[in-house]
Amino acid sequence: MARDSQAALVALNRFGLGARGGASGDLINAASDPRGFVKAELARPNGVLLEAPGLQSTPQLGQAVFAYQDKVKQAREAAAKAGAPPEPAPADQKPGLRRNLSLNTAATEIAGQMADAKPADTAAKPDAMQPSAAAPPAAKPAPQPLNVIQKTFRAEALARLQRATLVECGFTERLVAFWSNHFCISASKGELARIWAGAFEREAIRPHVLGRFTDMLKAVEQHPAMLFFLDNQQSLGPDSRAGQNRKRGLNENLAREIMELHTLGVGGGYTQEDVTSLARIITGWTFAGRQGQLGTPGSFVFNVNAHQPGPHTLLGKTYEATGLAQGEAALAEIARHPSTANFIATKFVRHFVADDPPPALVARLRDVFVRTDGDLKAMATMLVDSDEAWRAPLTKMRSPYDFLIASGRLLARVPEDPGFYLNNLNLLGQPLWSPAGPNGFPDTSAAWAAPEGMKLRLDIAAQMGARLGNNIDPLDLLEFAAADAASVETRRTIERAESRQQALALLLMSPEMQRR
Amino acid sequence: MDCAENRLLTSRRGLLLGGASFAAWAYLPKFARAADGRDPRLVVVILRGALDGLSTVAPIGDPDYAGLHGSIALTADGAHPAIMLDSFFALHPAMPEFARMYRDRHAAVIHAVATPYRDRSHFDGQDVLESGYAGPGRVQSGWLNRALEALPRGERVSSGLAVGPTTPLVLRGNAPTVGWAPVALPQADDDTAMRLVELYRHRDPALALALSQGLQLEKAASGDDMKPKGGNAVMQMRQVARGAAKLMAADDGPRIAALAFDGWDTHANEGGPVGRLAFLLGGLDGALAEFESGLGDRWRDTVVVVATEFGRTARINGTDGTDHGTATIALLAGGAVKGGRVIADWPGLKLANLYEGRDLKPTTDLRSVIKGVLQDQFGLSDRVLAETVFPDSAGARPMKGLVA
Repeated sequence: MARDSQAALVALNRFGLGARGGASGDLINAASDPRGFVKAELARPNGVLLEAPGLQSTPQLGQAVFAYQDKVKQAREAAAKAGAPPEPAPADQKPGLRRNLSLNTAATEIAGQMADAKPADTAAKPDAMQPSAAAPPAAKPAPQPLNVIQKTFRAEALARLQRATLVECGFTERLVAFWSNHFCISASKGELARIWAGAFEREAIRPHVLGRFTDMLKAVEQHPAMLFFLDNQQSLGPDSRAGQNRKRGLNENLAREIMELHTLGVGGGYTQEDVTSLARIITGWTFAGRQGQLGTPGSFVFNVNAHQPGPHTLLGKTYEATGLAQGEAALAEIARHPSTANFIATKFVRHFVADDPPPALVARLRDVFVRTDGDLKAMATMLVDSDEAWRAPLTKMRSPYDFLIASGRLLARVPEDPGFYLNNLNLLGQPLWSPAGPNGFPDTSAAWAAPEGMKLRLDIAAQMGARLGNNIDPLDLLEFAAADAASVETRRTIERAESRQQALALLLMSPEMQRR
Repeated sequence: MDCAENRLLTSRRGLLLGGASFAAWAYLPKFARAADGRDPRLVVVILRGALDGLSTVAPIGDPDYAGLHGSIALTADGAHPAIMLDSFFALHPAMPEFARMYRDRHAAVIHAVATPYRDRSHFDGQDVLESGYAGPGRVQSGWLNRALEALPRGERVSSGLAVGPTTPLVLRGNAPTVGWAPVALPQADDDTAMRLVELYRHRDPALALALSQGLQLEKAASGDDMKPKGGNAVMQMRQVARGAAKLMAADDGPRIAALAFDGWDTHANEGGPVGRLAFLLGGLDGALAEFESGLGDRWRDTVVVVATEFGRTARINGTDGTDHGTATIALLAGGAVKGGRVIADWPGLKLANLYEGRDLKPTTDLRSVIKGVLQDQFGLSDRVLAETVFPDSAGARPMKGLVA
């Protein structure tokens, strides 16, 4: 079969998460059948699901948070009752009196002088790229044990990172990340959002990435994490029993974002009246609290007592008062709206092909979305089958997440601890599952090719070079990453590097690794 | 660049050790308490990138030197005169501390020295330098580690010392080692950044612009924008040496350590008495001074060996720099060194005498130098040195009398 390394780069980088190093043969396989290499994953919808030992369901996790919060509250109340106990006193250190010239003393001093400027949130081991690098410095005080929320977040993150590092092409993982960002929540909203962030993606996104848009939409908007993130559990129908009793009413947050960010898009043909109407329609969509009066704590429930009674009109169509079914019918209708098809197709092409998406390709994807009633696998397949996606130059910038994952894949380092990734994602402005707003992380090159971001990427690449450069042959890695699609300049730059460490840093920063 | 101020401005900078690493052996050999009361220490400093030996210890007395090294040649006079070590060799003026040690007979230079490697690849050259094998491709263990294995097994003197980024190949192997490096995110060094900007300039102008701006921002934030390139590296070298010396000075501290400093690949604008190489040499000089002061009384029994993978061309290239060459220098410093000497079987710089018509010809095997130090400091036998530490090196006899 003909080998086309340039097409292999498109397959692996534009659609996937980059070639894996070692014995994977990814570049060779992708070169011999680029489209087939990408599409192979689409034939395995169950492969998109993520199950790992210890990962729990949303209700289980919600209950864990409730129990944790109760425990903290009880401890605080007990402490208040007893009168605040003295803080545990730090070990008495009198540096001026220290005479014993021992190694540990020296190490402590050095660590004190030199290590206090590390970035925030370097909890636990910061060096997952180097799991063999042993324990954190003995001189540092033992870190606080992680609570159940932090532990869960790290376990969910690790499962996702490991999947992304190990998966063959990575096209479906890229789709997961795309949809997860499209329907983003933010872990920084609060304890429930943080503990649910991973479960939200596993439960509401992954099962539908190769399924139907309308199913994903329903799963997302009924997921406790989304209801919490966009405040719908607080929204009460003004004329509902709860609204009357508590003299409270609508919160439009979720309804607005459903239309503006999740489906129709700004200018998609909806009015403020439609926003208010959808807000009324989805009143009562909430999750059961710690008391479990409405259902299993932490699970989605429809609370009829909070639901605004009566028929409601949305986008010119009237929905009869059918309770939960009223909202589900409204969502289904929005999902197949032409504006939704256009919005999704545009975003999809912008993500995978170019910041300025080719209009003809957008139109074809929009049409297939409409024709198949939002079949996301059909849309992904059409993208891979299109000529534009293979002809367009690789001008998109890898996001920080894609950059770190691609580096780990090339170096064949399966993370055993998420710390390295979480810390560097924070530094690079893409904290995992924690965008600044409900519009998610930006998806244009300009956002990620910013001056400070590039400098930080270089620092991180240099760090990886320093840690791992000893044990690799940079030219072998270039073969895995790009082979004869690598530019002469990149090859020469790596060959002429003054050390393996420097060569690895330069390889990871090369346009072949940064662009997709 | 002021470190304290820097910390306030950008917390992530922390300690800047992007270009330096350190590892140490944590076992205290029993013989260290032997009858003569010596407690020998050995520090190996690897200069990665190939040091220009002819610019560091210049053969000013060689009639061909000035012509070959051209615009970057050192001179005995002028605004920045080189420091005469004897009537023939002169030390780079950026190294006053080493000059002082040399005058006190605690520092020595070995010139026209090279490993057995004769090609010009950094990667392979560093493998040979650090592995101690006669050729490249052997990267499982380093000569310093195998020397440790040959020593009598002592008691473990430390535990739980922080582990640094990586152990240099020279110290990798069966004998257990500990490492140390600060945990802060190290910054990429200026040389790496410049190489990347250059690549982007050819292949990706948008990224070239972004990265250049990012580097400028970084400089401005650290108040470093007025200082010439190399400031980072100088500080890094001093700081890693200070930390390493402190650990090694402890009663139960490691006796043997290896460090690597990067950035010596001076293909362009190498500079003469001032400039890029001068800054790096100033950093190395400062690092040696840090070892001297940090080791205190232990300095008396210490030898620091400074070595690089190969040298650079005798003649400067078209960009006021030097390309990959062959022979170069090794430096010894420390209270235990029988110093005040430049040890060289000088091959001369006439065209006919240059290796392949371009490089300083090697007349001394670097393995002889290191074997001499290991023998004098730790009593390793000729046979162990020739078979285990530096396999197949019987022809390179240990140099005698390097340690006082």
